[in-house]
Amino acid sequence: MIERIYLSLTKHIDGFLMSTIILALVVGMAVLYSAGGHSVGRMQAQAINIVIALSVLWVTANVPPQHLQRLALPIYVLGLLLLVGVALFGEISNGARRWLHLGVVRIQPSEIMKIGVPMLLAWYFARHEASPRLQHHLMGALLLAVPVVLVMKQPDLGTSLLIAASGFYVLFLAGLSWRFILGVGASIAVAAPILWTMLHDYQRRRIEILFDPYQDPLGAGYHTIQATIALGSGGLAGKGWLNGTQAQLDFIPERTTDFIFAVFGEEFGMLGNILLLLLYLLIIGRGLFIAAYAQSTFGRLLAGSITMTFFTYAFVNIGMVSGILPVVGVPLPLISYGGTSLVTLMLGLGILMSIKTHKKLVSS
Amino acid sequence: MPSYLEFRNHQREQYDFRWRLLAASLLVLCCFGILASRFYYLQVMRYQHYQTLADNNRISIVPTVPNRGLIFDRNGVVLAHNYFVYTLEITPGKVDNLEQTIADISELVPVSKLDRKRFNKLRAENHNFISVPLRSHLTETEAARFAVHRYRFPGVEIRARLFRHYPQGTLGAHLIGYIGRINDKDIKNLTEAGDLSNYKGSDHIGKGGIEQYYERELHGVTGSQQVEIDADGHAVRVLSSVAPVAGENLILSIDSTMQKIGEEAFAGRRGALVAIDPKTGEILSYVSQPSFDPNLFVDGIDSENWKALNESLDRPLVNRPLHGVYPPGSTLKPFVALAGLEAGRREPPFSISDAGYFSLPGKTHRYRDWKPAGHGQVDMRRAITVSCDTFFYGLAHEMGIDRLTDFLQHFGFGQKTGIDIQGENGGLLPTPAWKWKRWKQPWYPGETVITGIGQGYTLVTPLQLAHATAIFANNGVAMRPHLVTSIQNNRTGISRPVKPQVMDQIALAPKHIDLVREAMVDVTRPGGTAVIVGAGSPYSIAAKTGTAQVIGIKQNEKYDEKNIAERHRDHALFIAYAPAEDPKIAVAVIVENGSHGGSTAGPIARKVMDYYLLGKLPDAQPAAAAAVPAPETTEEEHSEEHD
Repeated sequence: MIERIYLSLTKHIDGFLMSTIILALVVGMAVLYSAGGHSVGRMQAQAINIVIALSVLWVTANVPPQHLQRLALPIYVLGLLLLVGVALFGEISNGARRWLHLGVVRIQPSEIMKIGVPMLLAWYFARHEASPRLQHHLMGALLLAVPVVLVMKQPDLGTSLLIAASGFYVLFLAGLSWRFILGVGASIAVAAPILWTMLHDYQRRRIEILFDPYQDPLGAGYHTIQATIALGSGGLAGKGWLNGTQAQLDFIPERTTDFIFAVFGEEFGMLGNILLLLLYLLIIGRGLFIAAYAQSTFGRLLAGSITMTFFTYAFVNIGMVSGILPVVGVPLPLISYGGTSLVTLMLGLGILMSIKTHKKLVSS
Repeated sequence: MPSYLEFRNHQREQYDFRWRLLAASLLVLCCFGILASRFYYLQVMRYQHYQTLADNNRISIVPTVPNRGLIFDRNGVVLAHNYFVYTLEITPGKVDNLEQTIADISELVPVSKLDRKRFNKLRAENHNFISVPLRSHLTETEAARFAVHRYRFPGVEIRARLFRHYPQGTLGAHLIGYIGRINDKDIKNLTEAGDLSNYKGSDHIGKGGIEQYYERELHGVTGSQQVEIDADGHAVRVLSSVAPVAGENLILSIDSTMQKIGEEAFAGRRGALVAIDPKTGEILSYVSQPSFDPNLFVDGIDSENWKALNESLDRPLVNRPLHGVYPPGSTLKPFVALAGLEAGRREPPFSISDAGYFSLPGKTHRYRDWKPAGHGQVDMRRAITVSCDTFFYGLAHEMGIDRLTDFLQHFGFGQKTGIDIQGENGGLLPTPAWKWKRWKQPWYPGETVITGIGQGYTLVTPLQLAHATAIFANNGVAMRPHLVTSIQNNRTGISRPVKPQVMDQIALAPKHIDLVREAMVDVTRPGGTAVIVGAGSPYSIAAKTGTAQVIGIKQNEKYDEKNIAERHRDHALFIAYAPAEDPKIAVAVIVENGSHGGSTAGPIARKVMDYYLLGKLPDAQPAAAAAVPAPETTEEEHSEEHD
């Protein structure tokens, strides 16, 4: 009896992926305990976030991919409307217009687009399955560009780049020609100086500081300097859990959210960092495996894009903390404190599981 | 054929897709490879460099906590101040063997079990690199002895911390309140108010009374210092600093001598006294007995003391003037009388012939007067003076409950007074609508009858009773009761006064006020219920006694004071203001289980008024003056309506 309940509950859960996710969450809680100054309240709040996010994962995993495919267009359109709503009526906080008040709830529509864009593009290319042509790719690029520009205008550079990446992965996996990719790459290199002038002051400053954080050691460069000191002083084996001086003495800013990796790297050292990268590799590898064996075009493209977006999160966050990428607001997946990003991630991972476990039902 | 083509297409697509996935995988491996080499560069190749940076070159922003404002009474007597104390503090993260270290320290400086317990508790609440006090209040000798051996104890140091102290001890503890360690709930409140950053470095926050209500004023603005610190966390040099702004001082309307007289007058009994200046609303005395020592809470109360305070049957932690609710008993009668007169009823020469009971028309149930034989011929003035129940039963019934409560609420009954202490209880002024909402039962006429003598559902706090008395004494002008009269800037010494605030102005006919006042003055004269209070007084006192029943008495049972356990005896109530012609002080006193308002509560009020009006200190006489019990026992039968 209990076995049957267990089976029906876990029918659409991918055991391999789930184990790695849970391992990452446990690591995250341990780091959060240290980073948050041993605050039990913070731990409880994150535990609640995790429970909510895992429920979202379970529900999503139980929705067959065909249903997701049908939802793609409505979600995208809704997301787009909300983004326009933000641009017109959004609430300004920290100089950016990102939130929208809908009666009782306050939502961040850019978060919806992180899933909405790859879903729509996967849906679009699934419709033009038989060898997509350049025109389809151009159409896809347009569908991608609209939300990216809207989010960039908020301004939220980090999120808009992530949305762009998630859409680009779909285009790429759908067979965007190499020549085209190289061409665009070259023209971006040419256009970079022009783009530079279009960036907001604070964004430009961040990139400048990235190349030389000591320009402004107590201001904009403070994050990067303190984070690299934390990582570097962690050494090979780290200072030990709860013993990172940089973390415990309040030197690392935002150390429970975007900069939590600095705490991890200081306390667990290079060995810990490599192990964390391996854990992420397991999750990413499993995701790509699921994509490779997905049976529908939609599932394939979506699974591939979600996995690569997950990779992008991890790479951008660790890259910015270790000082090789600019500081953009991207949390470390499954580790950083915060509910919104966790729920979005779990939604994606739930879709992966759905694609993996609903295979036998599809007869193509 | 088309199906074959489709199959081919499908296969080709999957083939292409897998090549793309492979390319993506290479990207992943490539990027992670870059990260890994970056780790190698930072954590292995440049380890020494960053290690040195982490150890030696720390720049830290250190908050400088402002001095908390002081609290004075109206004559400048200090009620709360700060003083420096040497504390021995340990930073657990910097000590290798904590147990051994503490054992070694205790050979130099005595460390009690209690100190250890408190240390462990604080340690659990803070992270490893916060310094936590092990011992406080070190003597000069102890501090010097440790200083000599300091080199043996890295991570242990002596600090001077500012401590709050309440020099008057238990005096006025409920009104002053106390400060305690900031807990999770405080942090939540501070976060919501946007004040959290101002509490960086603060360990304490006001937890009750004035300390809590005026937290914002008392705390001040936290400053900061940018310092360079060494590997041990010691400040090496200050790079820049912003000075803190000390909290503001508060001057209270309380007179501590009068407060002391009031508290001592209770002679160990439980109860409350509130004295108000009717013209300004300033609270002159705020007594809650028994009291407690707020100093116990400052450093975190230990469990033994907490248990003793929290579990005592006398409930010393209850702030009685604010949270104690009692039936007003006969002290409500002057207000009911006014309600009647203002409604055009019972104006002289109207009188009744009291046979010792009142019955509703067509009913046989007798609402008995406290005097079984009745008071004979009674008019309004005499009804107040002798506290005739029968007279007020009839008046309340005739007015009806809605009209009665409409009038009474103008005197603040059933509402918060707005005093500057948090968590006030609003008491209860019952209406049929309230009863239906609360009990889902209709209002019975009998309940109106007993409301007329302050029994039934009606509940008041001692503060409300004093406030109502003050409003009456001030001819219907309600002043907001307050304790703080001025707030003084610590740096400039400039004070800004807290202006008296008119809350309401009740239109009352002067002749009605005069009538009730004269009747209340008669209460303290021969023939009244509080003759003992008025005896030998050079000034005139307008007063009313009251009794509030603690346990229900059956219809045919007799209240027998001697055979009832002390805690089941009636509460004694007393309200007064003086001088009656030009009131300067209004007082309400409640003595729990004190039986008679006139004999137990009244003399307490008299001592306080004597000091305030005459500057007279009470004689060191034995408290055996209560030999003659005042002729008042209101036996109410309302309990059986619900039986």
